[in-house]
Amino acid sequence: MTLFGTGVLKGLIVTLKNFATSYFRKPDNGGIFTVQYPEERAKEIESFRNFPFLVYDGTPEKIRCVACGICERECPPKCIHIVMETEAGTGKPAKRPAVFEIDYGLCMNCGMCEDVCPFDSIYMDHAFEVTASDRTQELVRPKETLLKSNDYFLKIRPGTATPVDQKRRAAEEKKKTAQAAATPPKTNP
Amino acid sequence: MKEIEFFVDLIFVNAKGWCLDLLGHFLPDWTVVLVSIIISAVVIMVLGPLVMMYLTLLERKVIGRIQNRYGPNRVGKWGLLQPIADGIKMFTKEDIVPAQADKIIHFLAPVIIVIPALMVFLVVPFGERMTAVNLNIGLLYFIAVSSITTIPIFMGSWASRNKYSLLGGMRTAAQMISYEVPMTLSVVPVIMMSQSLSTNTIVMTQAGDMDLHWFVFTPWGLVGFVIFFLCAVAECNRPPFDLPEAESELVAGFHTEYSGMKFALFYMAEYMNAFTLCGIATTLFLGGWQGPLFPSWLWFFGKTFLLICVMIWFRGTFPRFRVDQLMGFAWKFLLPLTLINIPVAALWFFVPEQLAWIYSVPILAVSLWGLVKLNRSFVPEKRIYPLAD
Repeated sequence: MTLFGTGVLKGLIVTLKNFATSYFRKPDNGGIFTVQYPEERAKEIESFRNFPFLVYDGTPEKIRCVACGICERECPPKCIHIVMETEAGTGKPAKRPAVFEIDYGLCMNCGMCEDVCPFDSIYMDHAFEVTASDRTQELVRPKETLLKSNDYFLKIRPGTATPVDQKRRAAEEKKKTAQAAATPPKTNP
Repeated sequence: MKEIEFFVDLIFVNAKGWCLDLLGHFLPDWTVVLVSIIISAVVIMVLGPLVMMYLTLLERKVIGRIQNRYGPNRVGKWGLLQPIADGIKMFTKEDIVPAQADKIIHFLAPVIIVIPALMVFLVVPFGERMTAVNLNIGLLYFIAVSSITTIPIFMGSWASRNKYSLLGGMRTAAQMISYEVPMTLSVVPVIMMSQSLSTNTIVMTQAGDMDLHWFVFTPWGLVGFVIFFLCAVAECNRPPFDLPEAESELVAGFHTEYSGMKFALFYMAEYMNAFTLCGIATTLFLGGWQGPLFPSWLWFFGKTFLLICVMIWFRGTFPRFRVDQLMGFAWKFLLPLTLINIPVAALWFFVPEQLAWIYSVPILAVSLWGLVKLNRSFVPEKRIYPLAD
């Protein structure tokens, strides 16, 4: 038989220990786990996703997006708006977006655009401190603010970006060799 | 050295004395008496709400630490301005009165509840010669006035015309009346020993032996203190005895239909009651302002806040009682124990000290053990679950 009241005392000791250790223990060791946000930040997790951004190689002119519009169709809340650019002289489609807008107010951060994009162009960003003073205008982000370099992509999500880069490089090599094979040397008589 | 100690001890008393002396040069004698009363009244009127405000902060900080998080720490240094921000928020809230409510009583309940809570402060001895009114029936006054609290709570719950409120009010009435009985009886040994109902005299009788001749260091005093403290926790409806406002069962109990400053008044009364009950527990069992080295008022506030911290600690630890457990605890456990405690205290009074220890400790231990045995709830050896298969 245990003594009457030991359970009560045990409980009291547990809470007292919590109270005392909250002053000197680390969060992973039973200390305070609150992260005081503006002063300190939680560790960024690589697979964390927020709003989509567009990837470019090298300079913003070399945009990967070809304005195919798959993401626009797949987007569940329909927050993407794309208009394809046309060649100035001929009026043919130029495989570049003239307008690429994402309404951050509508976006539900699902990441489906990233999944469906066949051109490795659109990816989910880590930036979560998105503010605007206006609900309708400022949250619609144009192409200029959506574009981010491949280096940035490699920095925030190396696990996704590195295989994508390798794949793209391999495809380019293949294309080059195929081109080389298709066009026979001109020295032939 | 002794003089400095004496000076610090009486610093507040002397400050008031100087003020009155100064006024005595300009004003007639009867106004000086009036001013003296007003000073005491104002100090109490300010002290009550101030204590309440910072108790909420203390509670939130300590509970936070118990749950491994910081409490409020954004408004001012260490969140010290948080109570003021809360107060401003409370004032700006809309005051909603239910359409079917009894308007007058609904309004009166939060007003009335603060009055006994403030009145009790009169007999609390904050330090040497720092009792606002040295009533010769101070303890009786305290018990009588503090038990009024039941009525405004029930008024509020009844006038709200809300089932949850009414249930909360019913529980309050049952709980507070039940716990009043063991609380009053646990005080009886103290009255027997000090042969006075004056809170000041009770503190005086605990002087001696390095000012550590506190009642809690005797067997009957320890038992009385534990019972009194548990009853005090129940009296001010704090966890684990917070059935009247059990938020998981009754929304908010008796103050479900209150908002804004009326709600804040209920809270104010609750916290001031917690403070005064801890103060009286200190006075009765922990030697009040008696203690070595430090000034008397520091001892009093230190002990009182220690007890309040224990209350908060209880809140951070225990789940709520069931209604039948609550009533059973008061009537079947605490009440018999207090009744045994009274003759033990009488024995202590008449028998020399060493012999009294030899008598009283076994008596109390055996009765405690017996009561625990009698209060054991029946648990069958093998539980049967007819619907499980």
